[in-house]
Amino acid sequence: MTQNHSIVVHQLNHSFGSGNLQKQVLFDINLEISAGEIVIMTGPSGSGKTTLLTLIGGLRSAQTGSLKVVGHEITGASENDLVKARRNNGYIFQAHNLHGSLTALENVQMGLEVQGNLAKPERHRRAAEMLAQVGLEERVNYYPADLSGGQKQRVAIARALVSRPKIVLADEPTAALDKKSGRDVVDIMHDLAKQQGCTILLVTHDNRILDIADRIVYMEDGRLLKQPELAAIAQ
Amino acid sequence: MLGLIKTLKTLGDRTPLGLKQLNHDRMRLLTAIAGITFADILIFMQLGFADALYKSNTQYPRALQSDLVIISTQAKNFGQLRTFARRRFLQAQDIPGVASAEPLYLGSVNWRNPQTRKQTSMLLIGQNPSQPAFNLPDVNAKLDAIQLPDRVLFDQASRGSYDEMIEQFKQGERVTSEIGLRTVEVAGLFEVGASFSEDGALITSDQNFLRLFPKREAGAVSLGLINLEPGADPEQVRAELAARLPDDVQVLTKDGYVDFELNDIQSESPIGFVFGLGSAMGFIVGVVIVYQVLSTDVNSHLGEYATFRAMGFRNSYLLGIVVEEAIVLSVLGFVPGLVIALGAYQLTAAATALPLAMPVSRAITVLALTFVMCGASGAIATRRLQAADPADIF
Repeated sequence: MTQNHSIVVHQLNHSFGSGNLQKQVLFDINLEISAGEIVIMTGPSGSGKTTLLTLIGGLRSAQTGSLKVVGHEITGASENDLVKARRNNGYIFQAHNLHGSLTALENVQMGLEVQGNLAKPERHRRAAEMLAQVGLEERVNYYPADLSGGQKQRVAIARALVSRPKIVLADEPTAALDKKSGRDVVDIMHDLAKQQGCTILLVTHDNRILDIADRIVYMEDGRLLKQPELAAIAQ
Repeated sequence: MLGLIKTLKTLGDRTPLGLKQLNHDRMRLLTAIAGITFADILIFMQLGFADALYKSNTQYPRALQSDLVIISTQAKNFGQLRTFARRRFLQAQDIPGVASAEPLYLGSVNWRNPQTRKQTSMLLIGQNPSQPAFNLPDVNAKLDAIQLPDRVLFDQASRGSYDEMIEQFKQGERVTSEIGLRTVEVAGLFEVGASFSEDGALITSDQNFLRLFPKREAGAVSLGLINLEPGADPEQVRAELAARLPDDVQVLTKDGYVDFELNDIQSESPIGFVFGLGSAMGFIVGVVIVYQVLSTDVNSHLGEYATFRAMGFRNSYLLGIVVEEAIVLSVLGFVPGLVIALGAYQLTAAATALPLAMPVSRAITVLALTFVMCGASGAIATRRLQAADPADIF
């Protein structure tokens, strides 16, 4: 557990429900991700990938074991600490989840507004810059309804990365996109992450994008499988 | 102070999401505004009617020109004062401080509208023509005229079609009508206004009153007007009069008498309750519509809200969006509500001769009610926000 690791998961278990209905979904998860590493987590539906991602992202609190994200212990953290922890992460979802009443620019600057330390003009300037980096400088004042699926996902990436988070968590970011848009989106993520030096944990079913990963982990029935098997599956 | 400035600065720096959400869905915005406007108009009309009722039924009591008023113990209100013996006046004049005591005779008559020839119910007031009884300059200037037999002064704000008749009178033509078997002539005009129970009023002399009411006796008085000598304390004289006079009459100060009339309307008539209920219905309609709009709005943005929470926004930020929407809707709904209500007041006042006016206090009351209405709906709608849990959505 050196300082060099941005995510350290140690003997993490997680269950849903209580009493007789209690169902364990994560079993003894151990995972270490170094700063700047791009890790793809893959595996069948229902294997617990998204649950692990939401735990790391602070969307739910971890129950047993240890979960350290950028040095902060998340297991047993209060709601308030979780909210603060979320601000360190950039989140990219399967659906773009942009706010329909806000323009691309306004959506992106929400990623800065949540930090609460920049004035509006500065937030808008940085958001415009970020949109230019994802190739949407022409579309800053468009509403999501007027953007294509790939463009919307690029706005979502800009929103996640505009605050220069240390960790980016992506849940099936290419699932709703065609091959080319999906490729573009992943390339942009990859390039920006390398540029900003942030860690990416990406959950996906999409075999076409596995090549951007520094490492691939495979999850099945709530357990992370060993590396050699994984490599075979990735082929 | 510094904290307040900081808060305002933060607010100004914040993206006005509520406003943008409302503005993005114009149809929803219009529905909400229409709902609030409707509710506000309803409340304005109900409050206006209730107030007009109180005012119109106390206009004559308010216009009385005397320091103290004597009425029968059985009196209910200005329309049903009952009568008491005129000799109470003689007894009253014994009390130190009393300068004069004058009787007023009141009764309801059917008179024929000179213009339409239809019978309508009018309040007939008989007063001493040598002593002004009301604070109405138009009446007091014509007191000589009603000393002649069968002459009356006509309230030109009476309900009904009198415009031609008034025009004729103003051009100097003779205007006559019938009360019972007698023909009366209009000798002058004044303006007070109709009440709910009477379409209008006629003022005449006490002698003429008794001619038109052959069954009433001069000794049976409806109301007594007592004027005091300069420097006398009204409350003290009132107490002495009340102690001296028998229990069949009660003595009130002028303000006390107006309160007596108001109290009667508020407690005895169902109208205060009816209009109060009407206002409450308007309020509830507003709450339901605004709740419907706000909760649909929250529902259709649940995914976006959950994303905001995943990004690290607090629940209070989302609450702020709903509150912002509620405030914006209050203001946008209130303004047209006020404007339309003003127009409706004018129309109603013209159609019914009821004194409908918009005091600033009522506008403020309704604005406050609108905020409460939208706030309450918003508060119920925010319960839906609990569903915006990012862990459950993704």
